[in-house]
Amino acid sequence: MDVIDVSWGDPHEGGVKPLTFVRQVLAACMYPELVESDKLPVDVKQRAQSLLSACDGGSVGSYTPTGGISYILCSVSNFISRRDGGVPSSPENIFMTSGSQRSLMLVLKLLVHNQASLPTGVLTAVPASSFFIMMLQSLGAAVVPYYLDEEQGWAIEVEELRRALQASKGVCNTVALYVINPGNPTGHVQSRKCIEKVIRFAAEERLFLMVDEVYQESVFGEGSEFVSYKKVLSEMGPPLSHTVELASFHSASKGFMGECGLRGGYVELVNLDPAVMRYAYTLFSTDICAPVTGQLALELMANPPRPGDPSYPVYAQETQSIRAMLVHNMNWVPEFLNNIPGISCQPMMGGAFVFPGCIYPKQPLRRPRWWGCSLTCGTVNSY
Amino acid sequence: MSAWRIGQILPSRSVSVLKGGNVWFFRGGAQDPAGYLVSGVRSMLIPSQLSPSLPQSIALSGVSERRRGLAQEKMTENGVFSRDKVLTIDTMNPTVKNVEYAVRGPIVQRAMQIEKELREGVKKPFTEVIKANIGDAHAMGQQPITFFRQVLALCSYPELLNENMFPEDAKNRAQRILQACGGGSVGAYSASQGIDCVRQDVARYIERRDGGVPCDPDNVYLTTGASDGIVTMLKLLVCGEGASRTGVMISIPQYPLYSAALAELGAVQVNYYLNEEKCWSMDLSELESSLAEARKHCNPKALCIINPGNPTGQVQSRQCIEDVIRFAAKERLFLMADEVYQDNVYAEGCQFHSFKKVLFELGPEYSDNVELASFHSTSKCYMGECGFRGGYMEVINMDAEVQAQLSKLVSVRLCPPIPGQALMDLVVNSPQPGEPSHITFMKALGQAPDMFYCMKLLEETGICLVPGSGFGQKDGTYHFRMTILPPTEKLKILLAKVKEFHQKFTQQYS
Repeated sequence: MDVIDVSWGDPHEGGVKPLTFVRQVLAACMYPELVESDKLPVDVKQRAQSLLSACDGGSVGSYTPTGGISYILCSVSNFISRRDGGVPSSPENIFMTSGSQRSLMLVLKLLVHNQASLPTGVLTAVPASSFFIMMLQSLGAAVVPYYLDEEQGWAIEVEELRRALQASKGVCNTVALYVINPGNPTGHVQSRKCIEKVIRFAAEERLFLMVDEVYQESVFGEGSEFVSYKKVLSEMGPPLSHTVELASFHSASKGFMGECGLRGGYVELVNLDPAVMRYAYTLFSTDICAPVTGQLALELMANPPRPGDPSYPVYAQETQSIRAMLVHNMNWVPEFLNNIPGISCQPMMGGAFVFPGCIYPKQPLRRPRWWGCSLTCGTVNSY
Repeated sequence: MSAWRIGQILPSRSVSVLKGGNVWFFRGGAQDPAGYLVSGVRSMLIPSQLSPSLPQSIALSGVSERRRGLAQEKMTENGVFSRDKVLTIDTMNPTVKNVEYAVRGPIVQRAMQIEKELREGVKKPFTEVIKANIGDAHAMGQQPITFFRQVLALCSYPELLNENMFPEDAKNRAQRILQACGGGSVGAYSASQGIDCVRQDVARYIERRDGGVPCDPDNVYLTTGASDGIVTMLKLLVCGEGASRTGVMISIPQYPLYSAALAELGAVQVNYYLNEEKCWSMDLSELESSLAEARKHCNPKALCIINPGNPTGQVQSRQCIEDVIRFAAKERLFLMADEVYQDNVYAEGCQFHSFKKVLFELGPEYSDNVELASFHSTSKCYMGECGFRGGYMEVINMDAEVQAQLSKLVSVRLCPPIPGQALMDLVVNSPQPGEPSHITFMKALGQAPDMFYCMKLLEETGICLVPGSGFGQKDGTYHFRMTILPPTEKLKILLAKVKEFHQKFTQQYS
């Protein structure tokens, strides 16, 4: 009997193939002799050459500057700007790290005051990724839970945020609000209107916004659209657009890339106090730099082949095939689960997980009657 | 088990999940009713007790209480409120202010600015900035090891396994690594402690390095560079408040990661000065006086040594290492041995001795009890692969409960980069004699195969010959020179040993 692990958001483990262009460029960067050979398409070799020239000593084995290779930071900031319809993005506000988990940890290290009379609190969704909670735990911070509305497809309700914040008064000093959009484990994608409300709430209550957007490429639900917190913030205009402090996180581990093992993540810091940015730089420096393999993955995510490039047809075919599979899975998995008596599953709009509820018959059970389990949608096979 | 066993140096934390109304405080540990991720288990459970009801016991505080410690809004001249930042240097985690990291400090930042100015055509009294601030071999022009890069390329794009341009041993290695990866891809997460077969290979390497001292792969943790392991261990060690706050002894001078990590953790940095006049050696009396002084204001728990030294280049003598181990045993200190430069030993008469090997050779009184973590990395030595962020740490004599916490702690960062893990595997398991890549590998190390043969013969039998490469020989052929001048009886003994060695060598490396 085989173990079928669908607990992790790990596409390659689940059987999804890496993108050919990405792996060809990576191989050529590892072993530059390939650039001179005839084994790889021209655009792959050109990209590898550009990346190698951007590395110290022309080698991916060199350390990079703290935030990452400048060339790649520019690619990432251009990507962000294009994604957000032209909202400016500066490479100086972007730090690449070993996965987005590391960026989250470093931002928390700035925020979590471990010598104050009250612990620092962070508003965190329920349900939420256990890794984030463990991070707070390891820093001695307090989790201030706000409950997502299952009946509304796991939406965030601002009244619930308000209630949670109120309940934390006197118990901890709540300074930040952590949001995952698209949701993990829920698969919910926030509407623009909801994002605006959350931003206004954060502004009113003076909360630092930490927005985990690693699943932004995985939005396939009908009528769903990913819009970044940064874009919405920018469109809300001053004073909010100039004042609300925001950290937004992304990664090469999800989406079409699925390159979890390469450990490429970044954080873009928006509207932070310049004095704090200097300390942030020092803090990020203690890692020296993100793994170069992760930085390369981010560049390839930010700057994929375009129509007309020799690698584009294969790239387009591979991404379309992954998209088709995910759209199919996103529809039939919740439907299938809903047809099992005792299981109810909200529609899935994006992300990589479903979060169905299970009802158990009345029996002496050790576990409580409601508990969730997470399946990775993209890896459940059709049958 | 003696009274001063590991648990008392690294106390296992007890868990209490205090549910202050709807706020969860976690203080770490094993009993976690919320069922969070446990070490080595990759299934995720979510909090099982969702209680939407509000407690009545939490007093509702006013807005002013909530804003305690936060910058207030200011009324500007025209009567409009301007919003001060939530995160300022006053509201920020105060320990961050104490973090300095000279290797990436103001000088380096200015250097990068100057480089930019030079590119823009600004005239300077020099045409380039030569960065010798950080131990980055490839940036200085050292070439990567071909074999390593071939295997990594094959792992990245396995279709290349069908190409003739790669030697068979590189392909075999790549296939072995890929088989150990989820979905056969270096893009999948690994277990947070690292890929199993890599940890096993690291354990075998450590055993070979230390002349057979056993190494349990379960005590090996692959890390994102050695820095990741060092900071993780410090995080485990640091606790307490006031006079009981953990103190960590570090050498002065030191690699500033240590001081930065201690500052950020709010630990007490306890300096011990290396003796510059004696080539930066460690001085027992200095350790003793530094410790005695520190005990007046903190709880010193750990002693960090960098050997070979950074920034000093000192290689500690075996006697010195023994003294330090005895000192740590007597004073109940956790030893952290940063040995990333273990292959960078050049001076005549100098030899690297691993702390673990010396510990075990001191006998069970020490080897059963002294707690030690030793660190290595792919960033230094002949590899110089800094950018891959490959590393490992080995923990020795760690309390089992604490080790469970360690496994939990490392899981928070998910896993180290897979290419870095693959590279570590290649470093500890380099091409052997007989394998297609061995010769080019040895040449890259500046060592001819016959030099390797003669060195091994000397180490194992005491017989000293001269490798043929010193004289010149046809490519691909190897010789040695020996004299026939000693008396026949002596030569008979010598040649019998050479024969036995040669048979063993051929068997071992075929």
